[in-house]
Amino acid sequence: MSKKVAFMQGNEACAHGAIYAGCRFFAGYPITPSTEVAEVLSAELPKVGGSFIQMEDEIGAMAAVIGASLTGVKALTATSGPGFSLKQENIGYACITEVPCVIINVMRGGPSTGMPTGPSQSDVMQAKWGTHGDHPAICLVPASVQELFTETVRAFNLSEKFRTPVTVMPDEIVGHMRERIVFPEPGELEVVNRPAPTVPPADYRPYDTSFGDVPPLAAFGSGYRFHVTGLNKAEDGFPTTRAGIVQAEEERQVRKIEKATDEIVTWEEYLLDDADIAIVAFGSTSRSARFAVNEARKHGIRAGLFRIITYWPFPEKQIADLASRVKAIITPEMNLGMTLHEVRRCVKGMTPVSGIFRVDGEPIGPAQILAGIREVM
Amino acid sequence: MGFDYGKYIRPGKLPHIWCPGCGHGIVMKGLIRAIDSVGFSKDMTSIVSGIGCASRLPGYVDFCTLHTTHGRGVAFATGIKMAKPEMNVICVGGDGDGVAIGGNHFIHACRRNIDITYLIMNNNIYGMTGGQFSPTTPTGAKASTTPYGNPDPPFDIAKLAIGAGATFVARGTAFHAAQIDKLLAEAMRHKGFSVVEILDSCPTTYGRRNKYKSVIEMMNHLKDVAVPLSAAEKMTAEQLRGKVITGVLYKENKPEYASEYRKLVERVQAG
Ligand SMILES: Cc1ncc(C[n+]2csc(CCOP(=O)(O)OP(=O)(O)O)c2C)c(N)n1
Ligand code: SF4
Ligand SMILES: [Mg+2]
Repeated sequence: MSKKVAFMQGNEACAHGAIYAGCRFFAGYPITPSTEVAEVLSAELPKVGGSFIQMEDEIGAMAAVIGASLTGVKALTATSGPGFSLKQENIGYACITEVPCVIINVMRGGPSTGMPTGPSQSDVMQAKWGTHGDHPAICLVPASVQELFTETVRAFNLSEKFRTPVTVMPDEIVGHMRERIVFPEPGELEVVNRPAPTVPPADYRPYDTSFGDVPPLAAFGSGYRFHVTGLNKAEDGFPTTRAGIVQAEEERQVRKIEKATDEIVTWEEYLLDDADIAIVAFGSTSRSARFAVNEARKHGIRAGLFRIITYWPFPEKQIADLASRVKAIITPEMNLGMTLHEVRRCVKGMTPVSGIFRVDGEPIGPAQILAGIREVM
Repeated sequence: MGFDYGKYIRPGKLPHIWCPGCGHGIVMKGLIRAIDSVGFSKDMTSIVSGIGCASRLPGYVDFCTLHTTHGRGVAFATGIKMAKPEMNVICVGGDGDGVAIGGNHFIHACRRNIDITYLIMNNNIYGMTGGQFSPTTPTGAKASTTPYGNPDPPFDIAKLAIGAGATFVARGTAFHAAQIDKLLAEAMRHKGFSVVEILDSCPTTYGRRNKYKSVIEMMNHLKDVAVPLSAAEKMTAEQLRGKVITGVLYKENKPEYASEYRKLVERVQAG
């Protein structure tokens, strides 16, 4: 049997990726440029016995997603800039209560209403620091329609495995562009489901660290009764203000992701083996960067591309290693230097790092990146 | 023989955080009796809340409980009900939680007519944060942020619920304890979004500032203002001034959201 091939939009592929991953609940509120994810799921979810609900706002949508996930169902929401801001309080709630869920944020210009139809990559810091308090963050930044499908599947897998919200952030160009996609067969991609508790209900504690840093989460209505609160809590799920317990729980929540960094972080290297200049880019900008690298090589400049796929946790080790191999790093991005800052943090002055920034709603094209490469030569 | 609350109270979770004389404890007991009388199983019942003194209730009772973010309880509850319609879903919270920060979720849950029972403990104040005025604080009343008297007009929660499309709306008071479980039980049996507002008392942050000399005086006030619907129907507008009508104020049968959605799913799957 030949594989199913289609020509489709990124946001549509994202919705199909969610279904493939086993997502059976969606709650959202319409916002450009993410709305197609909701539109497709409103049609697809009933077909597989799932539920779609359009909520009254993004805050309610995030809340409904967490509520649904607590019943054991894989749940998704999709939004863009202003809606992503509104969801932040409840994203923090999902972090501290350790409820798996996936958030799609199709990046548009900001702050505020900004440029609803213009592409942007300026939410990467919000994806890590948007909600208050110390908390873990996983954020994936796909660069193609195919990858938006597969990264949505991976987002669900990571969220189920680590009991944490995961954000997938295509920029508007990746969300809206149309290209060829080959649908993976059922079983071809790994699909992870959260483990059910193995102890009898009377012994169940929702944050029982005797099962490690990611304790099993029971489903409401499965015979396990427990309490979930956004207050600092002890292993039994009930609120506590006892200093030692609060400290230990907070540290565990951050540690469970930090120590799995090598397992989570993904990236792609293109022509970096002999490169003097490395472009560090992600999303649609990385596509322009690939063109620019090819162009540069035609002119005898040894350039290469480091494409970030997992933005959080940030590929710190890989960037540090890159810095030891090249003479200069350039970070083209549709913001005013968020990745530049992060790369400099990893490079620790080993190599000069400069940026190419654009926040006018226009993509960064190959020519602009090529000019940047010439400048550092 | 007295009612055995122990069957539903989580071992080791009492004493509660509520002040002496707070009405929330009376309401919690009414809720427990109501659940017992309708026979909801503990495993298949979820009790959800927002943030506030009233919203601390779920921590004490032995169900699938969810203490969420301020004002968002109804939205979390909506997710639970949609994802697992066979669960009994009850949402509880205060006046500030429900009709200030959570007002949007509240009216939309009413409109959808999703099968959730929503218990609002209305003490006319933000108790937990020390007594700032809420959307139900009477005009002229004193709160920590209305030192010259409250300039705002209040909401009538029951009217708001009816206007927004709730299909069961009832009101009681913390003084009329025996009525609380009856109203809540009827609400839980109702298929659709049911709202039960219990006029409650916060002696600590509201009574003190508004010249109620004691908890008893506050309770007596609830007794005095409450007029059962049956009696109210025979009274003139003049006689009803300053009174609050109690009982089942509105009831209507309409398609319920979660089950209608399941029908849609079946239709789509049938092709
Ligand atoms: C987003 C957010 N804003 C403000 C608060 C602070 N806060 C906590 S409880 C509360 C008011 C609670 O009042 P109500 O719902 O009437 O409950 P009560 O304490 O009176 O029972 C407020 C304003 C908060 N926790 N979260
Ligand atoms: S502050 Fe008021 S509402 Fe809160 S527990 Fe005390 S009496 Fe009850
Ligand atoms: Mg109150």
